[in-house]
Amino acid sequence: MKFTDHPLEHMLVLSAILFCAGVYTILTRKNAVSILMGVELVLNAANINFVAFSQYTRIGGIHGNVFVIFVLLLAAAEAAVALAIIIGIYQNFGRVDVDQADQMKD
Amino acid sequence: MIQSSLVLMASMVQGHMESHAAPADNMKWLWLIPILPAIGFLFQVFIGTRSLPKPVISFISCGVVLVSAALSWVAFFQVKELGHAIEGSLGAWIHIMGTDGQPTGNLGVIVNHKLVVDQLTCIMILVVTNIAFFIHVYSVGYMAEEKRYARYFSYLNLFTAFMLVLVMASSLILMFVGWEGVGLCSYLLIGFWYEKKENAIAGMKAFIVNRIGDLAFTIGVLALFVAIGTKTGVWTVDFEGIKRAIHEHPQALSTGGATFIGIMMFIGATGKSAQLPLYTWLPDAMAGPTPVSALIHAATMVTAGVYMIARMNFLYVMTPTAMTVVATVGAITALFAGTIGMAQNDIKKVLAYSTVSQLGFMFMGVGVGAFAAGVFHLFTHAFFKACLFLGSGSVIHGMGHEQDIRKMGALKSKMPVTWVTFGLATLAIAGIPPFAGFFSKDEILWKTFSTHALLFPGWVLWLVGVAAALCTAFYMTRLVIKTFHGRAMWAQASSFSGGGVNLPDWMDEEEEKKREHDAGRGQDESSPAHNLPTDESVLDLGKVGKHGPSSHGPEDAHAAPHDAGHGHDAGHAAGHGHPGEPHESPTSMLVALVVLAAGSCLVGFLGMPHWWPHGDAFGKWLEPVFEGPHETKGGEPVKEKKEGHEESHGLEWGFMLLSTAVALAGIGGAVYVYSSRSGVPAKDFAEKHHELYDLVLDKYRVDELYDATVVRTLLNLNEVAGRFDNEIVDGTVNGAARCASTASKGAGYFDNEVVDAAVNASANATQAAGRKIRRLQTGNIKDYLTFALVGGLFVIAAFCLFLTWPDLYHRVFGGK
Repeated sequence: MKFTDHPLEHMLVLSAILFCAGVYTILTRKNAVSILMGVELVLNAANINFVAFSQYTRIGGIHGNVFVIFVLLLAAAEAAVALAIIIGIYQNFGRVDVDQADQMKD
Repeated sequence: MIQSSLVLMASMVQGHMESHAAPADNMKWLWLIPILPAIGFLFQVFIGTRSLPKPVISFISCGVVLVSAALSWVAFFQVKELGHAIEGSLGAWIHIMGTDGQPTGNLGVIVNHKLVVDQLTCIMILVVTNIAFFIHVYSVGYMAEEKRYARYFSYLNLFTAFMLVLVMASSLILMFVGWEGVGLCSYLLIGFWYEKKENAIAGMKAFIVNRIGDLAFTIGVLALFVAIGTKTGVWTVDFEGIKRAIHEHPQALSTGGATFIGIMMFIGATGKSAQLPLYTWLPDAMAGPTPVSALIHAATMVTAGVYMIARMNFLYVMTPTAMTVVATVGAITALFAGTIGMAQNDIKKVLAYSTVSQLGFMFMGVGVGAFAAGVFHLFTHAFFKACLFLGSGSVIHGMGHEQDIRKMGALKSKMPVTWVTFGLATLAIAGIPPFAGFFSKDEILWKTFSTHALLFPGWVLWLVGVAAALCTAFYMTRLVIKTFHGRAMWAQASSFSGGGVNLPDWMDEEEEKKREHDAGRGQDESSPAHNLPTDESVLDLGKVGKHGPSSHGPEDAHAAPHDAGHGHDAGHAAGHGHPGEPHESPTSMLVALVVLAAGSCLVGFLGMPHWWPHGDAFGKWLEPVFEGPHETKGGEPVKEKKEGHEESHGLEWGFMLLSTAVALAGIGGAVYVYSSRSGVPAKDFAEKHHELYDLVLDKYRVDELYDATVVRTLLNLNEVAGRFDNEIVDGTVNGAARCASTASKGAGYFDNEVVDAAVNASANATQAAGRKIRRLQTGNIKDYLTFALVGGLFVIAAFCLFLTWPDLYHRVFGGK
């Protein structure tokens, strides 16, 4: 069967489930690495939307797929930076619990 | 136009203005007489005080006075030759336009820098310059150890200059300059040793008491000026002008007016010449150096009052009332001060009261119209009193600054020259013929007895005068005996020189006798307050300025048997600079003593009774001054002189014998009491009438009376004024300040409580809000994310809501 046999709604529901799982992870986890993983889920939810709308409509042609490539690139760079920050937090606090790192509020 | 007198004095050659058609030439050189000592003063002040060697200072100071004295002699011979007054004018000094625009119109006056030397002034300048010269010479020796040597001589020179201005002045105003100037010098010299507070206070006392008299004197001068000017249109303060105005307009001055003016001027004289009731400063003035006492407070300045009345004689003869006041005050003062003098134990105090007493004689003389006799006594008194003071200075010098006569005695052999000169002067003042004092005092007493110038018969005052003369002879003899004869108390009371002094043998015997004597009369040690002062109290008694009822010992403290003074502290004696033994003074002092003693012996012959061959030279010399135009006036002038001539000589002989007898009685009495019976009768008297004795010893407590009345009143007035100032004036000021302070406190309260409160409240509200809102900023990333999610959900919810019910959107945000 063809990719496009499935209706668009299925794609959007999948994307929504992924997004909610990512947000839930971000909000509930204390571990910075887990939060980073949640962020990746949210980004990929957005990527699914880009690809789906690109395939199921004629708007913009290939533009949706190109955006996904950009997002993946940015996610990789973001992961690298975020991991560096996490290492910094670890070095300062001895752990990676983000609830502890609230010194900047004052 | 008032110019500085010194500037004009210096410009001797400038043009001049003559106010009167004076007969004599304008002899400007007369100004040299007062100016030379003034130059000496300036020299000492500006150059001498910069540590010139003492001989140079002495030479300059004595030299200028000597030249002045020589010029005075020149002036004297010139007056003698010309037979009338000579004058020297340096031009106008004060020139006040009249209110009507005329130079000498209503209230307009011209006062010249003019000196006049007439027969009276001749005598005064000769006395002043010559005695001043000898006292300068004496001071060279007396003040040899003084550290403010140049300053002392500058004051003496300044005094001489002012005194000469006083006696040579042609007008009342210029005389007043000298009058105040000598007062200033007196003040400066009384307080010369100002390190000691008593001396400074004595100076101030002299100055202040004199101010009282000077106020009255000024009132008298101004009243005379206005009275004569109003009546005659002649506005003048010149003696000559006033005299002529009164002569030409006999009604210019009413008797009442003349009386008022005369008494006012006499009050000035009582201050300057130490008469009742303003005499109290003179005894205290003895705090000054002794040559000063001799020059200022015996020979010259204090006689200024007598001179002034003699100078104004044409005024006084118009008013028997003022004459009576002058004579009566003089007589009472003579007796009053004479009695005080009998009880004093300070050698200089005795002489001070003696001076007051003799000045009383002079006023008695001028008061009864015998101006020549009064001035003659002034003249002779200047010699013998200066000699006495210098003699006392010599004693004080020789005794190492000891002034208590109870600690002297037997100085005759130690100081022979001083003894002889002092003795001669004593004979002169006591009135023993043919010494100087006899002729002048006898003349005054005789004129007092025979006068008709008073409101009551003259013999009343004559009796008072005779009693005073008796006192004089008594206290002066007492002074001589206790100082120069008897036992050497200094050897005893002053065992200061360690154990070095060997008391003579007879001393012990005498003490034994004295002890027995005292014991026999039950006076042993039982009544120490009145009999035997302790050694310390004897030492303390002699100090200058230390007086008061409680500090006096009895009359004859030397009767106290001292235990050879073992209790004395050597430091005290050393502080006084005691030499081991009294010694004769240096030559410069003795020269002055000898000259003045010679004067005391001889000058009396100038005033022999008028019926003597060549007699009354002094009176005849002064006749032009005293027998002026007033004799021709028809009214009440006193013609005492003319009547005096008609009295029989026999009566005068009788009075001379009586005077001599009185003097001898005084001397004899003192010799009996103090020499023959070594003071026992005096002591008996003092014990028997100790209240009277204490009263006299305390100088009738006049000082205390003044303190209690005048001084206390003034102090109370001060206090009242002070309280008014503190409570009313200050109260007002403080009240205003308090009002302002209260108002500003209210404003401050409003500012603090209302304005600041509003500002603070808004700040607090902001802060509180901030504190609440701040809680949102937890710093926790998940919280922020939650907020974002909630917000996002809210937006989605609203979107869905509005999509479902589009009307709702328009109802919330308006529009269509």
